[in-house]
Amino acid sequence: MTQKELIKGNFAIAEAAVRAGCECYFGYPITPQTEIGEYLSQRMYDLKRGYVCAESELAAINMVIGATSTGAKAMTSSSSCAVSLMQEGLSYACSDELPVVLVNVMRAGPGLGYVYPAQGDYFQAVYGGGNGDYKLIVLAPSTVQECIDLTYKAFYLAQKWRNPTMILADGQLGQMMEPAEYGEYPYPEVDTSSWALTGAKGRDNRKIFSCASDEDEHNAKIRRLFAKYDKIAAEETEWEEHETEDADVILVAFGSMGRNIKATMKELRKQGLKVGMLRPITLSPFPEKRLSELADKCKQFIVVEMNMGQMINDVKLAVNGKAKVDLLNRPVGQWLSVEEISEGVHNILNHKELAVL
Amino acid sequence: MAHIVIDENRCKSCFICVGTCPKGLIKKSNRMSNLGDKYVEFVDPNHECLGCAMCATRCPDLAITEVYK
Amino acid sequence: MQQVFSVPKSMKKDFKYTFCPGCDHGIAVRLVAELLDEMNLTENTILAASIGCSVFIYNFLNVDSIEAPHGRAMAEATGVKRVRPDKFVFTYQGDGDFASIGLAESTHAALRGENLSGICINNTTYGMTGGQLGPTTIMGQKTTTSPMGRFKETYGYPIKIAEHIALCDGTAFSARVALDSVPHIKKAKEALRKAFQVQLDGLGYGFVEILSTCPTNWKMTPEQAHERVRKEMIPVFPLGVFKDVTAK
Repeated sequence: MTQKELIKGNFAIAEAAVRAGCECYFGYPITPQTEIGEYLSQRMYDLKRGYVCAESELAAINMVIGATSTGAKAMTSSSSCAVSLMQEGLSYACSDELPVVLVNVMRAGPGLGYVYPAQGDYFQAVYGGGNGDYKLIVLAPSTVQECIDLTYKAFYLAQKWRNPTMILADGQLGQMMEPAEYGEYPYPEVDTSSWALTGAKGRDNRKIFSCASDEDEHNAKIRRLFAKYDKIAAEETEWEEHETEDADVILVAFGSMGRNIKATMKELRKQGLKVGMLRPITLSPFPEKRLSELADKCKQFIVVEMNMGQMINDVKLAVNGKAKVDLLNRPVGQWLSVEEISEGVHNILNHKELAVL
Repeated sequence: MAHIVIDENRCKSCFICVGTCPKGLIKKSNRMSNLGDKYVEFVDPNHECLGCAMCATRCPDLAITEVYK
Repeated sequence: MQQVFSVPKSMKKDFKYTFCPGCDHGIAVRLVAELLDEMNLTENTILAASIGCSVFIYNFLNVDSIEAPHGRAMAEATGVKRVRPDKFVFTYQGDGDFASIGLAESTHAALRGENLSGICINNTTYGMTGGQLGPTTIMGQKTTTSPMGRFKETYGYPIKIAEHIALCDGTAFSARVALDSVPHIKKAKEALRKAFQVQLDGLGYGFVEILSTCPTNWKMTPEQAHERVRKEMIPVFPLGVFKDVTAK
């Protein structure tokens, strides 16, 4: 029988990676995710697995690309401004279709910003900061337990779909402690033997590359990648949804902000407002179909974010004018509390000027 | 009998081999490749080739594919 | 009658070099192929290719390969080697890739003493983009971005890569060779063999800088280009072994 223990978010991600079978970790320190690399330095050494203090994030992501090209499970972790340095690598890894696992424990930007939490990297994660047409799989945990579960899932989905997968957490989640349990890695091992680099023994050589040979082949390749993204969307889109059946207002938030909209929903229900909530767990693929269905019955969506409004764009696209979509936000810092969100919802519903939160 | 084999499909007419052969047995041909360059030819009527493989060693296109000594 | 030269088995059957006429890349790739044959490594090799003219090596060698973003070949090679230490892993990079944009990756792989072999083709210019000033462009050399010749006030100085790598404690072997003549080509092959062997023996980082030509961008005939290697490059970038932990 497994037992819940009090675990810090960053440690949860690190230990879950170990249990998922991560063969090598490559990283460079940056607050607020440094504990992941610190924890793994001892743990991987004890397990006789690989660990490299990379010279930069540029190197770290490319080391993961190298390691995963052999079919190995490998990951790196970083935070916002340093994840920016990895965008080139992610673009290559998507084109190369490599099962890279990357953890982004977001801090506040733009630029160096600061170490307090924020959700300003939604666009970068979902729409990509690298060049060209590509998509990551992006998973957004909201609790320490989900840090574990989604780390397991990230390793599985990355290999299953041969697609870089990002865990998009934030500083608050990385630094806080909560009861959680590891359990067993719940997914089957994925066979990588049809594509992994193992040495050209008894077969022609394999090349993993993004360099295009000609326009027609390049077009075909990108269309094939996007057909894969469509399949991922059909099979892997995940979200948490409560009390939407009769809801007039649906609160939408991801990651750690998703925690407080649930409590807010309960609070507002007590006050007699018909409020529901939806929390995308996969940001890419985004639960746009479900939001579109909900938009047929509810009048108002309120997107609660720790940025200047990023996910709200995807909500608006999904809702497609069928309902009102408003933003309740704070760019950086502490989560919006239940009281603050409640007040904001009332203000929006009463068409009041928003108090600065 | 020592000799070399030239793969004309790989030759890019850089003529490094022409200046390399110690016996001067590799010459610019009058025949043109489809790139408009002259091929090189191995001409050894008096069987002077040493089989030293210096031409193949310096050929940057692996167009001298075989050397016999 | 005995066959004394043949196309290495590690070359792909239908390969056709896409380098410019007279470019030394073709010789370097052939030497690598010959060594993979002779050292029986072909089936156990993973190659990290780079960006620039050197990237095409994966079209010529029959070895498993991964293409690295510009400058990151040593990082990818590190990733491969750390999870698959039984594989023979090497990179094939140009001077811009290895010593400009990738200098941190190259240096730190050497400092970590990664069991990897690195090959850097130094032709004193960015070849694929049409001959711009690079990290190894020599003083006075005219390029498309230094049309008046390289001078220190604007452009600073070229890097001596083999010496730089030799300074790293994790380096087991570092040498500079050239391909302008038959004796130099033979020495180049032996240096590459050493750089491969130190990896196989687990001694650390093996590195060879190869002085090479770029007749197209130097606007020279192949033989003029080789003359330039002898007269202008070797005096600046002396040939030799700068570190060899196996030397007695």
